Amino acid sequence: MKVIYVDNNATTKVAPEVLEEMIPYFSESYGNPSSMHTFGGVVEHKVAEARERVAELLGASPEEIIFTSCGTESDSTAIRAAILSNPNKKHIVTSRVEHPAVKNLFEYLSKNGYRATFVPVDRKGRLDLDYLHKNLDEDTAIVSIMWANNESGVIFPIEEIGGVLKEKGIVFHTDAVQAVGKIPIDLKKVDVDMLSISGHKLHGPKGVGALYVRKGTKYSPFLIGGHQEKGRRGGTENVASITGLGKASELAAANLSDENIRVKRLRNKLEAELLNRIPNSIVNGDRENRLPNTTSIAFEYVEGEAILLMMDEYGICASSGSACTSGSLEPSHVLRAMGVPFTAAHGSIRFSLSIYNTEEEIDFIIEKLPPIIERLRELSPFWKKAQ
Amino acid sequence: MWEYTKTVKDHFLNPRNVGVIDDADGVGEVGSLACGDALTLYFKLDEHKKIKDAKFQTFGCASAIASSSAMTEMIKGLTLEEAEKITNDKIAEFLGGLPKQKMHCSVLGRDALEKAIANYRGEAEKKVEGNIVCECFGVTDLEIKRAVKENSLNSIEDVTNYVKAGGGCESCHEKIQEIIDATLGREIKAKKKVIRLTNIQKIRLIEETLEREIKPALKKDGGNIELVDVDGNNVFVKLQGTCATCSASQITLKHYVESKLRELVSPELLVEEVSS
Repeated sequence: MKVIYVDNNATTKVAPEVLEEMIPYFSESYGNPSSMHTFGGVVEHKVAEARERVAELLGASPEEIIFTSCGTESDSTAIRAAILSNPNKKHIVTSRVEHPAVKNLFEYLSKNGYRATFVPVDRKGRLDLDYLHKNLDEDTAIVSIMWANNESGVIFPIEEIGGVLKEKGIVFHTDAVQAVGKIPIDLKKVDVDMLSISGHKLHGPKGVGALYVRKGTKYSPFLIGGHQEKGRRGGTENVASITGLGKASELAAANLSDENIRVKRLRNKLEAELLNRIPNSIVNGDRENRLPNTTSIAFEYVEGEAILLMMDEYGICASSGSACTSGSLEPSHVLRAMGVPFTAAHGSIRFSLSIYNTEEEIDFIIEKLPPIIERLRELSPFWKKAQ
Repeated sequence: MWEYTKTVKDHFLNPRNVGVIDDADGVGEVGSLACGDALTLYFKLDEHKKIKDAKFQTFGCASAIASSSAMTEMIKGLTLEEAEKITNDKIAEFLGGLPKQKMHCSVLGRDALEKAIANYRGEAEKKVEGNIVCECFGVTDLEIKRAVKENSLNSIEDVTNYVKAGGGCESCHEKIQEIIDATLGREIKAKKKVIRLTNIQKIRLIEETLEREIKPALKKDGGNIELVDVDGNNVFVKLQGTCATCSASQITLKHYVESKLRELVSPELLVEEVSS
């Protein structure tokens, strides 16, 4: 069965060009970039090239890029570096809709001597900027706000927040794993001190990420060890994956317009057709400020896991904000923070497209999904009552 | 991804007995939209008081739909006395097993059946018996007790998997543990007494702990620590030797010194470094 993959905010396909460029570094070019011989030196050059490519995508300089093992490591490194370099400040700020990589670390820190503020969002998933500004004080060590939300796709006003924080001299970190490669980012124009990215969200391999640390930002390493990454992250470089992330960054920069024109059009078509064909369906999140590839749609009175499994029968891969898919009993913290009612939250499906999706695939989903929802609604004791 | 058996998948994709019986003899409604699963069961008896027909409507995940479908198949042809003996375990067994986290779906089926039988017998809608333990999912102590007994549940996690209790805000975990212990006849562990320390006692205990536990460990790495002051729950210390220049000293301070003092003296302590 053909797989129709519209779950690209979970992970993406490694681009063929990326894989091709990685392969030599698993086999013949196995040198250690730290070695003194030419055999290692060649590999060192490849790592340097990858660093330049990542920097280029972000509008940063290569020495501001540190390679890590994943987005989570980048987040942890940034947040811990900020609090370790401000030992007298005990207040930390984030949003209620962060990825667990940030959310759970903040919850951990709040049980270990830190006062954590979680900034709310409104019904459309937009950040409450007033609340954020009012809760900043002398004691604030770091603000960490994601650039774009993985579930709703809503983009936060990072430029505006950065401006305010710069004025107040508060360290600003952003988890940008969902934004990089999907929307243009230029760190020359935005006041962000640290920014996390992840390889596998932009058609690179899993197991590699990067952290941007603006020149002059106080920093301390999370992994303490050898002199790799100029002592900022110990451990022999994951050369093949770093190479892959470099190539993926180069491709992402080149594909940015395709993402924002063709992919966006496909997403809009999918969304409009599903809303049109399926009654009681609602988009979760702000449709104005949103990633071009994402739509989260609530189908009222049916449950998400059941929808996913019926789509799975057709090879369609998406994901759900339902409680039942995660093993927890409550629906997604993002949808709850947005105040999506339970009738809708349990039946929310996120479609996240990529440049590899075709018009035929989108048409196939538009054809197959409405009968699935209809069938599940016939099964549901609430549907008839709601009519 | 959940590992569902072939039987679960079959009953999910081709559910048996979906629908409504307009002149049903018994109707049972359980669950709610908020909880994420709900089931309405209908049955009709024949002249021998055996279940002639059963139908259901379910809102929920694949295993909730499959459990409902399985249960309706199981009760057809049974007397109510026989049907009453169907436990959630039997429903799961019929399906070739359910993932542990999904056992509450089989409990949903059993509950609907019980309610429908009570409805037929004209028993008044049972008031919620017992006391609500889990506020998030409205689960009572009696329901938890029953699940623990019938399925030999051992942990809070198990209880959550079977009856959902404790799956929300988690504030009832302590109560659930007590119910498990009591039901399984375990002795309830005496709660650690919280000793209120006077200031003098607290300072002495901090000093003792530093001497006995912390200093020897730091000295191994060429470091040392000195107690400067104690103000309420704030402990001020000075790091010395290699600790003073180490870039990881804040980690040492928080993760080692503070957690040791919290463990051995008082969980409310905050350790801070004073610069020399």
